[in-house]
Amino acid sequence: MTMGFEAGQDAFARAVTDPEAALPPGVTSRRGEADAMRFAVYRNNVTVGLIRALEMRFPVARRLVGEAFFRTLARDYMRHELPASPLLFEYGDSLPAFIEGHEVSESLPYLADVTRVEAAWTRAYHARDAHPLTIAELAAIRPEDLGATRLVAHPSAALVRSAHPAGSIWAAHQSETVTPPRAWQPETVLVARPDMEVTVRILPERDAPFAQALLAGEALDAAAAKALAADATFDFGSALVGLVSLGAFSARTDDEDLPK
Amino acid sequence: MTRFDERETGLPRRSGLGLKPEHYQSINDGEPDVGFFEVHAENYMGAGGPPHRWLETIAAKYPLSLHGVALSIGAAGPLDKAHLARLRTLVERYRPASFSEHLAWSTHDTGFLNDLLPLPYTDETLQRVCDHVDETQQALGCRMLLENPSTYVLFEESTIDEIDFLTAISDRTGCGLLLDVNNVMVSAVNHRLDPYAYLDRFPVERVGEVHLAGYDEAQDGAGDRLLIDAHATEVKDDVFALYEHLLRRAGPLPTLVEWDNDVPAFDVLHAEARRVDGALAAEAARRNARAA
Repeated sequence: MTMGFEAGQDAFARAVTDPEAALPPGVTSRRGEADAMRFAVYRNNVTVGLIRALEMRFPVARRLVGEAFFRTLARDYMRHELPASPLLFEYGDSLPAFIEGHEVSESLPYLADVTRVEAAWTRAYHARDAHPLTIAELAAIRPEDLGATRLVAHPSAALVRSAHPAGSIWAAHQSETVTPPRAWQPETVLVARPDMEVTVRILPERDAPFAQALLAGEALDAAAAKALAADATFDFGSALVGLVSLGAFSARTDDEDLPK
Repeated sequence: MTRFDERETGLPRRSGLGLKPEHYQSINDGEPDVGFFEVHAENYMGAGGPPHRWLETIAAKYPLSLHGVALSIGAAGPLDKAHLARLRTLVERYRPASFSEHLAWSTHDTGFLNDLLPLPYTDETLQRVCDHVDETQQALGCRMLLENPSTYVLFEESTIDEIDFLTAISDRTGCGLLLDVNNVMVSAVNHRLDPYAYLDRFPVERVGEVHLAGYDEAQDGAGDRLLIDAHATEVKDDVFALYEHLLRRAGPLPTLVEWDNDVPAFDVLHAEARRVDGALAAEAARRNARAA
């Protein structure tokens, strides 16, 4: 049978992502008949390729749930959402939200946040390069201007605030042998790539509201007020120097060379 | 329609290798004797970071081939303008000696399917592919090479032979061709054709680059041999023999060894490149001896 080019590709695309679907019309072989094993090569290529992209992006999640279950999870996700573009390093941006709604989160409630750290790692790796704000540049701000100063988040910087020790779990799975986190407590993780190395750091929990407010573009004094309200032991100086030395910011908003 | 410069490809008539992140450091430090490196364009479409830093360093030392794997030139629907713009950014930044893409499709309105999918060869699809090649060359401001596919199925509605289809695209758009010898073997075995007869009919004077790779082997539902384009091993002996036959017919050509899955240590890849350079040198010597 003959069908139009568009209709033919519609049918092919549907069949290639749905293992239950019949073979698309018009597909044949030299023997003169359609062959499911031949069409299965395309189905397999699509599925295996997308699962591999997720395996490469989420190696810690894969270790946490095991290779076989990760493949199942990845296949479920693939049926839920195909890549929106050919930039496969972006595929899986919505995997954390998908995992949150998946039954696996009943037994592994921290899994979604660990994938948030892994997703942030890849985004930081491919982020726009930018000079990180240095301690010297910070020190050049006049004391009377400091409170009203807003810092610009480095293009690679991201914060993951978790009710679980997501950063410790991620860190423990960077080596062959895994030592479980000593304390099971909420963690806030800063992912950044000030130069060529992506860093993943667990922030002191009392600094978390401050970091979150600054990365959202709030002024230093407003951010400090939020942190103090949450924890009276918050220390402005050490928190700010800590974040700047991790490469969390690229500039101050009053810098003349800033993109407006 | 603008026809772009039909000069020979800028790639040297040498072996080339796919550039893989796990080999950045050893290539940069060891500066191995390889004719060129090829990258998949889509892996360098991030805004910044180590991939660009390394590619700048290595592209300063070696000729670069930019090979797209996701433009979906064989799609029934329109080309993705955002993707074309990303390709143009890469071409302007890295000035590759060659840009190539596939006679296949991978993007549909349901999303990106991440495989090189086949299309029927008809007057309608020929016109669509020509429009897409033309649009790509206009957008990038250069001539491109179009690669013959490896396929596992045929289409009842096809009315045009694959070589005639590729030749017509090249005639109408001025594009060059990328001849993947492994794909020739895979498709020939899968569709019970003679791979040597395919090569002997191929318009080799339009070939700007050759690809070699390893295939996997399976069986179809009828128990027939089914070869799969896998890029996960060394080049198989029958493909290499077919390649040597091509060289006898066409003379030395820029030749890439593709190894994209289960990537081995760089030394293993480099040994494949040396095997290719050996075949290229032998053919050059054979021609010199004949001319003398």
